[in-house]
Amino acid sequence: MNLRIDLQIISDWIPDGARVLDLGCGNGTLLTHLQQRNVSGYGLEIDNGKFADCIKSGVNVIQADLDQGLHQFADQSFDFVILSQTLQAIKRPDFLLQEIARVGKQGIIGFPNFGHWQCRLQLALGGHMPVSKTLPNEWFDTPNIHLCTINDFEQLCSNNNIAVLSRSIVNHKHKDTLGTRLLPNLFGQVALYQIQPK
Amino acid sequence: MPVIIPADSVGLVSPQSLHIDTPITLDCGRTLASYDLTYETYGQLNADKSNAVLICHALSGDHHAAGYHDMEDKKPGWWDTAIGPGKAIDTNHFFVVSLNNLGGCKGSTGPTSINPETGKIYGPDFPIVTVSDWVKSQSVLADHLGVQQWAAVVGGSLGGMQAMQWAISLPDRLRHVLIIAAAPKLSAQNIAFNEVARTAIKSDPDFHDGHYTAHDTLPKHGLGLARMLGHITYLSDVAMGEKFGRELRNDTINYGYDVDFQIESYLRYQSENFVDRFDANTYLLMTKALDYFDPAKEFNDDLTATMAQIKAKCLVVSFSTDWRFSPERSNEIVNAMLNAGTDVTYAEIEAHQGHDAFLMPIARYIEIFQTYMQKIAAENGDS
Repeated sequence: MNLRIDLQIISDWIPDGARVLDLGCGNGTLLTHLQQRNVSGYGLEIDNGKFADCIKSGVNVIQADLDQGLHQFADQSFDFVILSQTLQAIKRPDFLLQEIARVGKQGIIGFPNFGHWQCRLQLALGGHMPVSKTLPNEWFDTPNIHLCTINDFEQLCSNNNIAVLSRSIVNHKHKDTLGTRLLPNLFGQVALYQIQPK
Repeated sequence: MPVIIPADSVGLVSPQSLHIDTPITLDCGRTLASYDLTYETYGQLNADKSNAVLICHALSGDHHAAGYHDMEDKKPGWWDTAIGPGKAIDTNHFFVVSLNNLGGCKGSTGPTSINPETGKIYGPDFPIVTVSDWVKSQSVLADHLGVQQWAAVVGGSLGGMQAMQWAISLPDRLRHVLIIAAAPKLSAQNIAFNEVARTAIKSDPDFHDGHYTAHDTLPKHGLGLARMLGHITYLSDVAMGEKFGRELRNDTINYGYDVDFQIESYLRYQSENFVDRFDANTYLLMTKALDYFDPAKEFNDDLTATMAQIKAKCLVVSFSTDWRFSPERSNEIVNAMLNAGTDVTYAEIEAHQGHDAFLMPIARYIEIFQTYMQKIAAENGDS
């Protein structure tokens, strides 16, 4: 089974045999894939509907609300803590980022970039809150309450003494293009970061 | 009476009895030279004996977990919602074993049995047994059945505590454990409720220090009160409100101390129905087994070190309105497992039924339960 490109990038960052915590693990796709490489750990998920899929795949899934933080986990207890496409739906992303840095030796964060030119254009010229393929909801019903740009995220990391180890910025087809390389905050739709506390 | 037995029922079942002559030394220090265990089985044990599932019962449960004893039975076994062909614990795949615990009053040796040393009923002299003692005696039954390793040990409430104890004490003898609506130990409030129940029983003039059989009587009033109290803790405020509200029994209040409200009538019915089928000394014993349950005690009160003993994969389930063993209590179990690195899946089920929810056919609960059991069956090469 082919992984979505952003999940493939994340997977490539994780070595065989690592111990990982996947925050907002959905139906367990990433963890199922990683199991083949002896990567163990847990997925946290609050969505009722996806539990049975995780169980079927043999993924350890824990029902938990990420807004409560990761208090149940000890400091530095995972090699990687992964947060893919969920940061923008968290009540306090700054708090969760600190928690990820506390619990994981490294963190991997993926989020939709609100600095993408289409978002900017919709707001600047259309006068409307942006709606896009990566962010399909209207402003009033969106679960994405804390959207940020690549610049915002890097600022947040810096303010919280978190180092960026590597970065991968791709478009909505999750492809790396000339635009995403030269002007990532303008052309990147999905941003992926590997981070570590300084 | 089931006019016809439903297709997803295990059908008519008969209890069996195992007499054990190997003495068992209990946590309290006393030894039973011999004892009987009454049990039922559903489904077929496969050739390599790898498909056996043990069901552990809660405070007032027994071996009759599924099916019917005869066509006159009004109700099936206590966990018939979960056990049967095509159900969560699918008897087409699994060989299910359910026993009456040692100290019980439904056939296994307990306070109502004859003490072979005296020739008289044990009554209050029956030793207090613990959850660990139950696991020990259940492992003797497993040996007898030729089951070296359970595919799963499953239980809710006090049954979940036994399942947990199995995984901790005999980690090589089970591959999966399902701990439902349980807690890692009782809280002061839990013990307090148990103490009120015990006081109700012991202060009944018919109790006679537990020797009521010798006086040819039963402490029905006290046991009934204990059951009433228990029932209140099994249901949520919401569930009681939905079921009874402030509905009156006879459309009018009586300005007296007899039954006005339906809830009063219900509690009285539950209590009367219980006292004829349950033994008061057994009730006392079961509440003590609950109070004493504290598997972390052996591990310097370190729950993570306790859970680190577990080799089985775990499913932990709690229910949102359960205030007897609330989701927070299951979280204690799960957090210790997470820190121990134990394989665990945890779900908190939205349910208004309170603690009793673990016995109910709640869609999401059953889906998770069933999917988990199907995964076990698939691992067994039997999907």
